[in-house]
Amino acid sequence: MKYTILVNEGPYQHQSADTALQFARAALAQGHEIFRVFFYHDGVNNGTRLAVPPKDDRMLQKEWSELAAQHGVDLVICIAAAQRRGLMDADEARRQGLDADNIAPGFRISGLGQLIEGGIESDRLLVFGD
Amino acid sequence: MSQTKQFMYVNRKAPYGTVYALESLEVVLIAAAFEQDVSLAFIDDGVYQIVRGQSPKALGMKNFSATYNALGDYDVRKLYVERESLEARGLSADDLMPIVYEDEDDDYAEKPSVQLVSRAEMAAIMAGQDVVLSF
Repeated sequence: MKYTILVNEGPYQHQSADTALQFARAALAQGHEIFRVFFYHDGVNNGTRLAVPPKDDRMLQKEWSELAAQHGVDLVICIAAAQRRGLMDADEARRQGLDADNIAPGFRISGLGQLIEGGIESDRLLVFGD
Repeated sequence: MSQTKQFMYVNRKAPYGTVYALESLEVVLIAAAFEQDVSLAFIDDGVYQIVRGQSPKALGMKNFSATYNALGDYDVRKLYVERESLEARGLSADDLMPIVYEDEDDDYAEKPSVQLVSRAEMAAIMAGQDVVLSF
């Protein structure tokens, strides 16, 4: 089956991101396809490369990047939600005249249309949120 | 992407206090461009999103409630409100904004977009959707 996953909560604050990641891994392991993971609301914070969780904790942002590297999963951060919360790729930082970017490897920033496309193109759209 | 699917946006949270309602509305407006069959559901505290006379200025929040009135221009014409959620909060249909759309098949007559439905009816409508986005 072809899935699109919507992640609406940030890492650590809520379990939603963990559950979404675990679902994505399990689905891929069983031969399903992940068309896209779309990050919205505080979920965009899953895509920062500047998080430094304690050593004995899981590293969610890094695990998303690994999922993208290993399986080619399309990780998309909503641009409007990202701008509100200070998530930037290099292009966007330049456009906004900012001095830094912080997006993690494997993520890309794009528009809400990517979420709707996921709903249209996938057999199921799963929402992980509060 | 020629196929049309039924998309339902489920609004469960109050308009202020969290950003869910505002950002959900942003999704609905973008989604309108994709020409899908769109409906909105308002349940639990989500019914407060379309209560008339909102004035969040003292909170320092932007009053985005007028945007719901523009949904008709985006061909979003089905706003289902759960009756039980209204009643549990001491609200009735009279407390809601008179959101309308123009029916092009009826000489552009203004018709109400808001439909009060029971919890059971809402469940049936939800079960018939292809995509349910919950905020």
